[in-house]
Amino acid sequence: MSATTLSVRNLTKTIKRHKIIKGISFDLKEGEVFGFLGPNGAGKTTTIRMLVGLIRPTSGTIEICGYDVKKNFTKAMEKLGCIVENPELYPYLSGRENLLHFARMLPSIDAKRIAEVVEMVKLTERIDDKVKTYSLGMRQRLGIAQALLNRPKVLVLDEPTNGLDPAGIREMRVFIRELAENEGLSVLVSSHLLSEIQLLCDRVAIITKGNIITVDTVESLLSSQEQAIWQLEPSVKGKEILESLTEVTTLDDGCIVTVYDSFQIPKWNAALVHAGVQVLQLNRKTPVLEDLFLQLTDTGGAHIE
Amino acid sequence: MNKLIANEMMKLVARKRLIVIGAIVGILVILFTFAQYKEVQTQRERLGTDDWRDSLQQQIIDMQNRLGSNRISDEWREQIQVSVQQLQFYLDQDINPNEPGAVSFVRMFIENSTDLFIPLLIMIVASDLVSSEHTLGSVKLLLTRPVKRWRILLSKYITLLLATSFIVAMTGLISYVLSGIVFGYHGWKAPIITGFVVEGSNVDTSRIKLISQWKFLLMDFGLVWFVAVVVGTLTFMLSVLIRSTAQSMGVMLASLISGAILNNMVSSWESAKYLFMVNLKLTNYLNGISPPIQGMTLLSSMLVLLVWWAVALILSFIVFTRQDVY
Repeated sequence: MSATTLSVRNLTKTIKRHKIIKGISFDLKEGEVFGFLGPNGAGKTTTIRMLVGLIRPTSGTIEICGYDVKKNFTKAMEKLGCIVENPELYPYLSGRENLLHFARMLPSIDAKRIAEVVEMVKLTERIDDKVKTYSLGMRQRLGIAQALLNRPKVLVLDEPTNGLDPAGIREMRVFIRELAENEGLSVLVSSHLLSEIQLLCDRVAIITKGNIITVDTVESLLSSQEQAIWQLEPSVKGKEILESLTEVTTLDDGCIVTVYDSFQIPKWNAALVHAGVQVLQLNRKTPVLEDLFLQLTDTGGAHIE
Repeated sequence: MNKLIANEMMKLVARKRLIVIGAIVGILVILFTFAQYKEVQTQRERLGTDDWRDSLQQQIIDMQNRLGSNRISDEWREQIQVSVQQLQFYLDQDINPNEPGAVSFVRMFIENSTDLFIPLLIMIVASDLVSSEHTLGSVKLLLTRPVKRWRILLSKYITLLLATSFIVAMTGLISYVLSGIVFGYHGWKAPIITGFVVEGSNVDTSRIKLISQWKFLLMDFGLVWFVAVVVGTLTFMLSVLIRSTAQSMGVMLASLISGAILNNMVSSWESAKYLFMVNLKLTNYLNGISPPIQGMTLLSSMLVLLVWWAVALILSFIVFTRQDVY
């Protein structure tokens, strides 16, 4: 079991008697990428801003590497790197000046470390240009460089792929995975893009209306929801038989859906064959996180991109 | 702390704010120098003489003529009476109140810009020191560093004080250098009369003092700097509270202009003397110009400004260290 780097306990936030965050708890471990998934307005950003000290929690505790954010702010922040929403750096300064600016706010960061992070995010050639001439992808990379300056143990990225093109998203994904695997960073990534979380994260917390509904690894979340799709002939009789054994739903094209249970499936199959129903096709379908997400948050598709 | 201040200075310089301010001062000084020069010329033509005594005598006569008219308000009448007595006193002492030269110009310029122009320049810097971070969104990066919030705000405030001092000094220097081209770089030792005590329409000259212009100028600059700091701090507070450069600038501008208007009409509204904007013309006390409200003195005005300054500063720090950033 690797060490816990970020620990959140019973976090709440009340704004004008309106409870926005209703007591959430979770832990981040060394070297893992943790996804924070929820529809817009679920409380992702509020939670993240509490983690990084921008918003005061109404109650609850946040500890980064054992340091309480409220009581020991500077110690906790030394272990943290973050980008909240877009990396809003100073456009009228050059990339290097921006890094220098933030390095001055950290204990003992020298020019060598600045060169190091610039190398890491591959900005060496353009680092002395003004940030206003940078593309969005470059700004994002400079933002990451800024977040890595102090060799953090925890990296918090709020919507890191917002506004990036597919190549940029891919690049970012590879980079984040590398950081977690090679440097042992814990990375907290929030997103409303499900495909991204699915590809990037080890574990996922699904948050809606200020509550975390579930925290689990991506695989186990998905496998618990695997489905079997049957194409039967005659389908009415087949459906009757399956109905007597388990819960079924019928799709538009007449296919029948049941849960996928590797232990039960052969038995059901035998029952069908025994009753003279032909099994034309049997497919195992892993749902995409999106279906699961909609199921869990019950918001419908309106808020999901 | 030094590193934080270096950061703020870097941002200030990179945005070329101080250069813009320098350019504004330069242009204005050129305008005023030209206007002053024209005025001297026309006066010379009108009077046909170069002697300042004649022009001063003429000025007194003009004022007395105006006093004779019954269409001027009592308040105005009082002020003119005071001026006449002062000018007469200068004439009696054989001292030129408007000794030509760059130093006199600087004094005139700085005295006239203390309640509106200098505060305006300070506002250019002060109004967005904090709010620009909000507009830009960079405040989120700034406040997630391992630095306590009050230290960040303090570094910004110290930067404001440095910028204020720089702007006041630069205004003096630019006006001296530019006007000197026309008027000559002299007048440091010219005698100036100060210590007029104004009571109603009477001028008490028993406590007057004769000092060199450079000393007088130094006092002027001290007072102007003080006013600039107070106005800067108030703008700074608004910048923290409102988080929008345009709005804090608007509010501040409105109160400064209302102060300029109020100055001419609040003589009967006693409690208005606690408003900061009617207390900005501190240099008037040195020149013996009657205050907008009876009973105001240099000390009372400075005290009022000091209270506003302290409240603004305390409020800025409380709000900045506690507010949630979205």
